[in-house]
Amino acid sequence: MRINNRTLVVFILIAVGLLSVGFGQSWNVSLSIINLCLVSSVMALGLNVQWGNAGLLNVGVMGFTALGGLAGVLISESPVAEAWSAGGISLGLSLLMLILTIIVVIFIRKFIHNRTLRNILTVITIIAGYFLIRMFFNPAVDTIESIDSAKTGYLGGAGLPIIISWFVGAAFAAGAAWVIGKISLGLRADYFAIATLGISEIIIAILKNEDWLTRGVKNVTGLKRPVPYEIDLQQSTWFIDLSKFLGSNLTEASSIFVKLCYAGLFLLFLTLLIWITQRAVNAPWGRMMRAIRDNEDAASAMGKDVKARHLQTFIFGAAIMGMAGAMLTTLDGQFTPASYAPLRFTFVIWVMVIVGGSGNNLGSVVGAFLIWFIWVEAEPAGLWLVDTLTSGMSDDSSIREHLLRSAPHMRLIIMGFVLLLVLRFSPNGILPEKLRRYSTKVYRE
Amino acid sequence: MDILNALVLFANFVIIPGITYGSQLALGALGVTLIFGILRFANFAHGDLMAFGTMFVILATWLLQDLGVSIFPFPTALIALPLGIISAILVSLLLDRSVYRFYRKKKSAPVVFLIASIGIMFLLNGIVRFVIGPDDRRFIDGAKFLVKVTEFKNATGLKEGLAIKLSQGITFFVALAVVISLFIFLQKTRTGKSMRAYSDNSELALLSGIDPEKVVFYAWLIAGTLAAVAGTLYGLDKSFKPFTYFQLLLPIFAAAILGGIGNPLGAIVGAYTVAFSEVTITYAYKKFLRYLVPESWEPNNLVQLLSTDYKFAVSFIILVVVLLVRPTGIFKGRVI
Repeated sequence: MRINNRTLVVFILIAVGLLSVGFGQSWNVSLSIINLCLVSSVMALGLNVQWGNAGLLNVGVMGFTALGGLAGVLISESPVAEAWSAGGISLGLSLLMLILTIIVVIFIRKFIHNRTLRNILTVITIIAGYFLIRMFFNPAVDTIESIDSAKTGYLGGAGLPIIISWFVGAAFAAGAAWVIGKISLGLRADYFAIATLGISEIIIAILKNEDWLTRGVKNVTGLKRPVPYEIDLQQSTWFIDLSKFLGSNLTEASSIFVKLCYAGLFLLFLTLLIWITQRAVNAPWGRMMRAIRDNEDAASAMGKDVKARHLQTFIFGAAIMGMAGAMLTTLDGQFTPASYAPLRFTFVIWVMVIVGGSGNNLGSVVGAFLIWFIWVEAEPAGLWLVDTLTSGMSDDSSIREHLLRSAPHMRLIIMGFVLLLVLRFSPNGILPEKLRRYSTKVYRE
Repeated sequence: MDILNALVLFANFVIIPGITYGSQLALGALGVTLIFGILRFANFAHGDLMAFGTMFVILATWLLQDLGVSIFPFPTALIALPLGIISAILVSLLLDRSVYRFYRKKKSAPVVFLIASIGIMFLLNGIVRFVIGPDDRRFIDGAKFLVKVTEFKNATGLKEGLAIKLSQGITFFVALAVVISLFIFLQKTRTGKSMRAYSDNSELALLSGIDPEKVVFYAWLIAGTLAAVAGTLYGLDKSFKPFTYFQLLLPIFAAAILGGIGNPLGAIVGAYTVAFSEVTITYAYKKFLRYLVPESWEPNNLVQLLSTDYKFAVSFIILVVVLLVRPTGIFKGRVI
């Protein structure tokens, strides 16, 4: 990975932007933007693996990040013993029924050769299995949700350090990607897009409504942190000394310190992921993926198993997104299924990848920083703009009031413009994909 | 008698909502399928185009209500509808000129169009939220019911009542009128025929002297009209919320693909199939079964196959099954 002038200039510009927020608004704000930029970078990196390197049009980023977020809850929360003892067995039984149904279906599909009979039997088994599962599932859910529903009402988690959830989140997302990929890879690009859009909506619907698993819209708050708490910092002598030495306000210093810890942690993982993806891209595997992306038929004629490779990349990218989702939940300290919106979690990530430069891992990071910065700062900027433009109107004017209230929605319009302009005038993005050619001739499109 | 009661119950909660929802989806799916047939890409901005047109209808409705204009018993929105249609058409044409035409000239891959449509989706969504806000809006006025429950009960002497909301009746008849005129246009007029020819085989159509820009112009004209009408009918029947309109994309696409994408008739059949699957699968059959089975068999739970929260899953499953079993859809749409 060679860092050229353009990359440097872009990073300096972003740094200047963040610094000016630091000086202008506050360092706290600047650092929260940086943290979310880092998390978004990971998401964008995951999408870049899928779209940039393999041309997979995944419009279900939200689903994978939400699964990562779920891992945050399931790993870090302490288990609810009463719920497990009350509903654990019947829940286990319903899971057993699910596995049984799947095994029977696989068995039928494999060993019965008459097509009509096979299909009829499959449908019958699925319907019978559905009712069997629900027979055990419904009572289990009712008992679990009835246990202290104001506080818990769910199974809880494993009570482990939340960092582990970053890997578990990746595993969850990878598992989901395997299932989705098995079903829908091999469809044409836009059908695949619609299928992934659908699956992400379903994942969110499940997380919102299965209270026994996630508490649904009741949210899980107060997740344990991997970094110190402000309140502890404010009471420890070394930190008080440090803040005195720096001459800053103790409360502010503690919150900045916490954010810096997060930033360090995220940066470490982001660097690691960039290193891994960069290795993958430069390896023969990466060349093969680009060959498949640029000409599926030719690659397939050369003996490459296009579908299997696509599945591989899809899972790889989804795992990165899952990790990002778990990171986000860790940063927020809470899991709120209702906050997952496709515009914010899927399409903004898309803008990041396209603007940064599809196919360039570093480009995705640049895009993520830039777009997240715009996304966050569009609100104060929009408010300022509306305020200035309507300053001639009287204060109680209803139009002015309405415009001020809707100013935050300007960010969507800005996103649209940014995406359309980049796509039209610089379709390769800020940092275009660098293709190494080994021949002496240089082919240009 | 019990069988009649059960049937009325079923009609009230499944058939009538299914027909209404199906008609709304059909108009949406026709727009998507038409754009796909002519421009060859899945338009992710269609839901937001619907919201955009509906927004103008709502604004005009408020204005008319302020002026005291009313066509009681019909909702005021019906006279405001033309404004919504015109604005949806104008914005479609404007966006086509400024965005899509460039890629058409360049003969870009369908994927590029799709990503451009995501940009347009942001744009329209932002505009709608900026102007009218992200909240739920109800803008129906006029009479509420065509058939009231009590009237029906008195007339028939049944225990179960049947209610038909005026918005449901309007939805059905407006959709019917729009669909019939669309089919007459496509089958009988010269422009309609050239559009079908272009959708079928664009190269051949070009050779026979069909002007592609004219075909694209008419495609957006129709898509904009359909989007505004579909959005308004949906908003009248349920309520207007920008995010809901975005979410309608999924059932709309499911309908279009199920019927065979690019095929108008297929889009309609697909839309009703998706709508009825959603309604029948998420309906709680407890009361319905109580009329039909002996008392001792009476179910003690809701007998609901799937909670309404998972209605997306229905469209999605339909979508996946079609794509796996018969990717061309019921009526052999195109597979590029």
